[in-house]
Amino acid sequence: MDILYKIFIDPFMQMGAAPDLLVQALWEGLVGGVLYALIALGFVLIFKASGVFNFAQGIMMVFAALTLVGLYEWMARHGVPAPAAIALVLTIGVMYVLAVSIEKFVLRPLVNQPDIILFMATFGLTFVLVGLGELIFGGEPKQMITEQLWLPKGSIDMKILGGLVSLQKIDIAAAVIASAMVAGLAVFFQSTRIGRALRAVADDHQAALSVGISLNQIWVIVWFTAGIVALATGIMWGARSDVSFALEIIALKALPVLILGGFTSIPGAIVGGLIIGVGEKLGEFYWGPLLGGGIESWLAYFIALAFLLFRPQGLFGEKIIERI
Amino acid sequence: MFYRETGQYKTTYAADMAVFPILQDRIALGLMLLAVAVGVPLFAMLFPATGNYFLQVIMIPFLIFALAAIGLNILTGYTGLMSLGSGAFMGVGAFACYKLTTIFPDVPIVIWVVVSGVFSCLVGVLFGLPSLRIKGFYLAVATLAAQFFLQWCFVRIPWLFNYNASGAIEVPERTLFGLAVTGANATPLARYFVVLAVVAGMTWVASNLIHGRIGRSWMAVRDMDIAAQLMGIQLLPAKLLAFAVSSFYCGVAGAMMVFFWYATGAEPEVFSIRQSFFVLSMIIIGGLGSLVGSFFGAALIYIMPIVLGAIANWSGAPISAATIEHLRVMLTGALIIFFLIVEPHGLARLWQIAKQKLRIWPFPY
Repeated sequence: MDILYKIFIDPFMQMGAAPDLLVQALWEGLVGGVLYALIALGFVLIFKASGVFNFAQGIMMVFAALTLVGLYEWMARHGVPAPAAIALVLTIGVMYVLAVSIEKFVLRPLVNQPDIILFMATFGLTFVLVGLGELIFGGEPKQMITEQLWLPKGSIDMKILGGLVSLQKIDIAAAVIASAMVAGLAVFFQSTRIGRALRAVADDHQAALSVGISLNQIWVIVWFTAGIVALATGIMWGARSDVSFALEIIALKALPVLILGGFTSIPGAIVGGLIIGVGEKLGEFYWGPLLGGGIESWLAYFIALAFLLFRPQGLFGEKIIERI
Repeated sequence: MFYRETGQYKTTYAADMAVFPILQDRIALGLMLLAVAVGVPLFAMLFPATGNYFLQVIMIPFLIFALAAIGLNILTGYTGLMSLGSGAFMGVGAFACYKLTTIFPDVPIVIWVVVSGVFSCLVGVLFGLPSLRIKGFYLAVATLAAQFFLQWCFVRIPWLFNYNASGAIEVPERTLFGLAVTGANATPLARYFVVLAVVAGMTWVASNLIHGRIGRSWMAVRDMDIAAQLMGIQLLPAKLLAFAVSSFYCGVAGAMMVFFWYATGAEPEVFSIRQSFFVLSMIIIGGLGSLVGSFFGAALIYIMPIVLGAIANWSGAPISAATIEHLRVMLTGALIIFFLIVEPHGLARLWQIAKQKLRIWPFPY
């Protein structure tokens, strides 16, 4: 009975007793969720347009952030004026070059191969990017240049429900940027020529080809967009901790978000991210001590698994219809 | 040339269904077994310095990884269920073996290595249950739940590592026929023989499973599970059996990895997600749904970085060790992509093509 009480009643009593803590946990969960959603967004973009399960998305994020910081440090050392802005522009350029070379050297030779082969190719890509990043920028963790990129610092303290809730300004900025990015992508997909072409490709590769849409061009655009999303995510995660290859593990957290939301749905990625983020934080905060803590590392996967058992295609995924 | 089956008539059904129907194949297999069972140990005894290095750094881990790759191949290659949790199942085997041998020290270690596979097998079945409902990449992510949950268990449950201060498995010394096979005093040769015997035996079992009714049902499930169900294959038992056998193999490989390769001890970190990806890349490069491919993949993925590092050292280029390491990682990735482009069906297919070419030589077809 005691254990049942601890699992089913005690956590809620705690929530009721200290609502400010609950708000704080919820807020942190939401912010974490937004950032997971951003990583998942990169996955969804590529999966929709090319059917590639891009395992390298996490490492692209680290690579983009490393490039940004590395370029900034190099230019600051050599006295280039406005290094942060130039570094940002150059990093976007690097992501474009990366997209073009991935299309040319990985996707094009492997066109029309089974999914698992393409998945494996992105796995090889991960190795290449890890090696390249460490070769150029070294394996040391770096400090993200938050102030130079005009991101706010510090926190806002608010009195809510008889307690103090502190919101990090960087988290607010992350939420704002993420929303802007999703809105921008939605507009891009709905009402531009390229966006429509992208949706056509996502719908049916062959039909898109037959009406004169260039698959290669679309792939470059998609990977480039995913690269920019990766850069934004990298900046946000980098501002919360250091920029290092350890961030790659965080990127794996985007996978339960993906399966929860469905591989093909952008709203799914957002909602999935928020559910996972909040669920994980609350679970860790209220139920974690029962199990000795650290349950954050697997809780997200179990939440996703529980949802999947009821909806095997994710919350917003397209219904899987199987025929003989 | 010499590789022709002309004149080899099959007079019985058994001969027709043989795994190695061609005489030359059987001879080659025999020679290879002779080489690894007699040739390599002789070499190690004649040249102890290079020989022991060769056994410890190349042969033992290669065989162990090949076994893990066979395990994953049964699940992913033959049954078509993607798994990213093989590293954790290897860990279950290792920790189970450690617990068993510390609780019952008198039982021969080889028995515990095999029994620890049973524990891994049970855990695998448990995490395989969702596979009936979840498919494709969704299942792959679901197996990540197993990976991270088990990894958490290895760190957070002190009972598993006997409350060691280091939080790691410390391998005690165990003997087999009076010879130390685990622990600091075991010679690489002794460990090699145990590993070789287990791997050879389990490969033989796997081959028989795959070529029999069970293997056929797995492949039917892989090719299209609904159609397989219509043909009377029960999906739940078939899939769960694949999970069970696969985790069993991975568990035995994990136990051997700690007890016969590291020989002194291992951190739980060894069984991280990286290990899962490492084994997965082996079977994809080697060939999905191919036993010999598992060996090829293990050889390429495991040995290639070592060879690349050795070449870099030998060339004497003035570059630092860190740079070599980074270049090695990069080259490994580039080679994975290269091999996928050259032959998406893996090295096993290349091997098949080579044999076919040899059969009809000197004609093109």
